[in-house]
Amino acid sequence: MARELLKGNIATAEAAIRAGAEAYFGYPITPQTELLEWFSKRMPELGRTFLQAESEVAAINMVYGAACTGVRAITSSSSPGISLMLEGISYIAGTEIPIVLIDVMRGGPGLGNIAPSQGDYNQIVHGGGHGDYHPLVLAPASVQESIDYTYMAFDLAEKYRAIVVVLIDGSIGQMMEPAELPPMRVTKRKIPDWAVRGAKGRDRRILSSIYLNTEEEEQVNFRLLRRWQEIETNEIRYKEYYLDDAEIVIIGFGTAGRVALSAIRSARAEGIPVGLFRPITLNPFPYARIRELSERINSILVVEMNSGQMLEDVIKAVGSSIPVEFYGRMGGVVPFPDEVYGEIKRIVTNPPSLDLNPRSSWLDRLSISTN
Amino acid sequence: MVSELPTTTVYQRPEALSDVVTHYCPGCTHGIAHRLVAEVIDEMGLRERTIGVAPVGCSVFAYNYFDCDFVEAAHGRAPAMATGIKRVLPDNIVFTYQGDGDLASIGMAEVVHSALRGENITVIFINNANYGMTGGQLAPTTLPGQKTTSSPLGRDVEETGFPVRTAEMLATIEGAGYVVRRSLHDPKHIRQSKKALRLAFETQARGLGFSLVELLSSCPTNWGLTPVEALQWIEDHMIPVFPLGDYKVLPALKQIRLN
Repeated sequence: MARELLKGNIATAEAAIRAGAEAYFGYPITPQTELLEWFSKRMPELGRTFLQAESEVAAINMVYGAACTGVRAITSSSSPGISLMLEGISYIAGTEIPIVLIDVMRGGPGLGNIAPSQGDYNQIVHGGGHGDYHPLVLAPASVQESIDYTYMAFDLAEKYRAIVVVLIDGSIGQMMEPAELPPMRVTKRKIPDWAVRGAKGRDRRILSSIYLNTEEEEQVNFRLLRRWQEIETNEIRYKEYYLDDAEIVIIGFGTAGRVALSAIRSARAEGIPVGLFRPITLNPFPYARIRELSERINSILVVEMNSGQMLEDVIKAVGSSIPVEFYGRMGGVVPFPDEVYGEIKRIVTNPPSLDLNPRSSWLDRLSISTN
Repeated sequence: MVSELPTTTVYQRPEALSDVVTHYCPGCTHGIAHRLVAEVIDEMGLRERTIGVAPVGCSVFAYNYFDCDFVEAAHGRAPAMATGIKRVLPDNIVFTYQGDGDLASIGMAEVVHSALRGENITVIFINNANYGMTGGQLAPTTLPGQKTTSSPLGRDVEETGFPVRTAEMLATIEGAGYVVRRSLHDPKHIRQSKKALRLAFETQARGLGFSLVELLSSCPTNWGLTPVEALQWIEDHMIPVFPLGDYKVLPALKQIRLN
């Protein structure tokens, strides 16, 4: 395979196809519609299932049905559409069925806008549908990473009978950059022993998320939790840049992490000891590694395209051991590297104290610069 | 002295119907509908390739009564789930079993769009004019003036509109191959219901598109009637609002002769 100039959404769809996606159901919504369009062309030509549903509600339930037959089923949407899918996602979690979901985030709340955002971190990582379950969440920062994480998403979903979400900022879905697609996988594989395909020569199977007997439901909750603990043990992923001698560490995922890296390179050129920690799995979150880092650095700056949703998880990791600062842009605004560079310079000249509330001091700084 | 007489089995539990104790209320006609579906599955030899989709409502546990593969859908989403299954396994027989709250209220979009796509699935639609499972609230099928726990003074059509005639509405859709309404209130109508269910499954088996059988069904518990009174209530009150009939039958189906 060679590197080509690829658009994020299309590359992501093709990666899912090459990973063996056998059924796609979706609904148009900007900025993810190219995924739907690409699947609509590619799936029929490969003899696989594609259907545009009447709503995201229907789409996720079609995915639910298809996944119950044991095939690799996938859908994609963007923030408001994901809100509609959460009902189905909870049922899928409760039925312990593996699926892959691509969420190309846009500005919100409400109808918001179609610009890139990370405002759905809490919705996907901490919230989502009702009940006690945990999706595995991967956050790419480039078209190549969108391809790579989507390519491995089905394997992860099937290994843990879990929901895997590839959480992509609208910017990564929409931009074009050089990337390399993986080879096409052979889709013929063993049908799982829980799949519902007609009780031919065997006892009937029932796939359901209802357990009226509370002890039975609790057993399901225990099973989900034990699988989640396995995921926490095996699947935490992150990337580190310039951390060996770093005194200041920026933590950002996806586009925010990538923007921060440009700023860090500028600061490094001036000899400022700053590095980047970029979580790849937002769930499970790399708490332990961040705690470890906090023991040998002076301060942390969290950069996000939201009001500081991941910030809470970083604070949970480091406690009050070192100052944690925050810089965010919201509403679909993507920070410029210069803004992050300015924050780095500020921290160098005016080291942060432990007493400040990172979100309040960020808002204070913003009001100074915007008034 | 008793002589040894030859015995012939004239009536038994269909193979596709599980041998379990019912959770339905005394006098409820869900059990009859279940049995009829199971008889059709047996007659057509479909048990090993049938996948049922259960709804939310009284028949949430429908899967306990059928000896075939089953999934349990979210409220109203059974036709979407059935679509996902059928698209992946087009050679299987996929049916949903839904009540009026599930199908005609919260799941109206899913059933209409499944019909619009000509989705080759069979929908068994139980219309008992109220939400049974939650204790008898106003449903989209509740009759004008009918008292329910959420319309204690009777359904006021000025406030809550008129009952939806699902079969008539879906029959206007090109993708629908077979859409009829029957009733379960007496043996004659039960036999007619059985024939309709058979034709609905024949529609699917022949790839003729969406099929739906609406069955007027009794709910003695929530109607506050005895089982016998409830059956009479179907005849006296429901049939005038929900006329029985064939609303859409493709010509190819009219040629099928059933015993």
